[in-house]
Amino acid sequence: MTQITGRNGKPYEVDEKEVKRLEYICGLVRRDILQTLYRVGRGHSGPSLSLVELLVTLYFRELRLDPTDPKWPDRDRFILSKGHGAVGLYSVLAERGLIPREELDTFESLGTRLQGSVDSIWLPWVELTTGSLGQGLSVSLGIAMGAKRQGKDIRSYCIMGDGETQEGNVWEAAMCAAKFKQDNLLAIVDWNGLQGGERHEVMPSMEPYADKWEAFGWHVIEIPGHDVATLLTAFHEARQVKDKPTIIVAHTVKGKGVSYMENETKWHLGNVTKPLYEQAMSEINARLEALSEYADG
Amino acid sequence: MEWKKASLREALGKTLLELGGKVPNMLVVNADLAGSTQVTYFVKEYPERTVEVGIAEQNMIGVATGLAMMDYIPFVVTFARFASKRASDQVSLCVDYCRTNVPIIGAYAGIFTGAQGATQQMICDTAAMRSMPNMTVIDTADVHEIRGVLHYAVEHKGPLYIRVGRDEWPVVFDESYSFELGKGVWLREGSDVALMSSGVLLPYAIEAAEILQEEGVDAGVINMPTIKPIDVDLINDVARNVGAIVTLENHNVQGGFGSAVAEALVNNYPVPVEFIGLQNVYAESAPNDDLAEKYQLTAPWVAAAAKRVLERKNKYWTRRT
Repeated sequence: MTQITGRNGKPYEVDEKEVKRLEYICGLVRRDILQTLYRVGRGHSGPSLSLVELLVTLYFRELRLDPTDPKWPDRDRFILSKGHGAVGLYSVLAERGLIPREELDTFESLGTRLQGSVDSIWLPWVELTTGSLGQGLSVSLGIAMGAKRQGKDIRSYCIMGDGETQEGNVWEAAMCAAKFKQDNLLAIVDWNGLQGGERHEVMPSMEPYADKWEAFGWHVIEIPGHDVATLLTAFHEARQVKDKPTIIVAHTVKGKGVSYMENETKWHLGNVTKPLYEQAMSEINARLEALSEYADG
Repeated sequence: MEWKKASLREALGKTLLELGGKVPNMLVVNADLAGSTQVTYFVKEYPERTVEVGIAEQNMIGVATGLAMMDYIPFVVTFARFASKRASDQVSLCVDYCRTNVPIIGAYAGIFTGAQGATQQMICDTAAMRSMPNMTVIDTADVHEIRGVLHYAVEHKGPLYIRVGRDEWPVVFDESYSFELGKGVWLREGSDVALMSSGVLLPYAIEAAEILQEEGVDAGVINMPTIKPIDVDLINDVARNVGAIVTLENHNVQGGFGSAVAEALVNNYPVPVEFIGLQNVYAESAPNDDLAEKYQLTAPWVAAAAKRVLERKNKYWTRRT
């Protein structure tokens, strides 16, 4: 059991019950993701599944938000810079009660609020339209600067894909955030080791990765990204850091939770057939069953 | 004609300083070009309201977007090249698509940039910016227009791009100048041909009208700072009542102001047009007067274009009747 401070400033215990409860929610989110992609017939399954624990811990425990008002001025700001993780985010918003779960069925259909990449024009719960990679961190930085200027206790969060950080814009933002000592900014990298077309190894090397961020003046926390207790502790740690931005390098598994998708590049953007859907759902349902005593609470 | 001249970039710097005193939530985002763009006036008076991001324009646009989302008015001031090209995707998505209130100043727009040559000139920015669906695009002709447009900019809602020149340039207007978005203005009436200018070539249009008058041609002069949304009503009026147009712009003739006028015309009353501007070529290092002459932007070239278009107009009307 670990005691941390919650985003509301109150002490908070990360015990087994809390962990299992969040894991159960992650199972629900994975179910939503698979159902949505199966109904639609396509979509970014791998990049959404690797995000689940990151998004669930953020939306259920970390982000300060008003469930009745997406534009509450004092809310924390979150940008999903890897906009192709859209189904992951929409599923979390649904489980959090911010959008109706039935709306997931409209994903990528004409007139939907649930665009293929997260979109602030269509859905008020999205802060910034993303999908052209590498742009989110700069905007999160601008938001963090604005909040500080206003003397507000608003934190600015940004999740990037690992491949996304090959974009030069990311390192421009990294340099700038350190210069401005932006300690209300938290970046999270979904380090799943795979990108759109290939594994990292065939790309220009990003290693030594954590060292790079440290050299750019960031506080770096490197953790396993599907471990909810560790994630909650990392968010807590980031909030204690002064005069530096923090980045969490979260080691994740692309396609996490569906055995045949895990660590498979082809499931970056794949078509879920009926037998594959049934297999995925039986795996996810087994997980939910094992955690069923934590379904409420 | 003898013109009094005044520095365009100094007008930019001084107006931003002036606005700083009036608009508390206004910021300037700078990418190591304070001296070149003369935002130094603002930086010195309001260092705490200057966001210096270094030579990193993609980040500049993102940071400005975030600041705008927190209800600031972040003036992005950089060269037209960097605003429209280096950071084009960031402008397209974060500002234009997301309809963010970020005023972007494209300084050193066009070819009159202190003899620094093609790399510091920008003749494709209007084309890039006006192809973005939500973007408002304005060019400026002199120091008074710069001031008027910038005062408008703090009131504007939505994506906004403003072209500003660099050098000492003829002063066409006076303190009474007031800017109205989307409106072209007749500076001189004329019934044979209309010289429609957006930006710093305006004095050449005025001089050309004088030359033409001496040759018995009644040429009107219209100043049209707003390139998008273009003043369709005025263009229609000119097409119907004058029937021949010369457009002037400190930009490539493909995709810029002249193209915007032509698009409006062909949708309504197609009449002959001649285009003054860079004829699909890059310019080079040289003093401004030499460049204006070589690239055929000066009054005699405008007058010659007017006579060509007038000839086409006469043939056109003959065919129609």
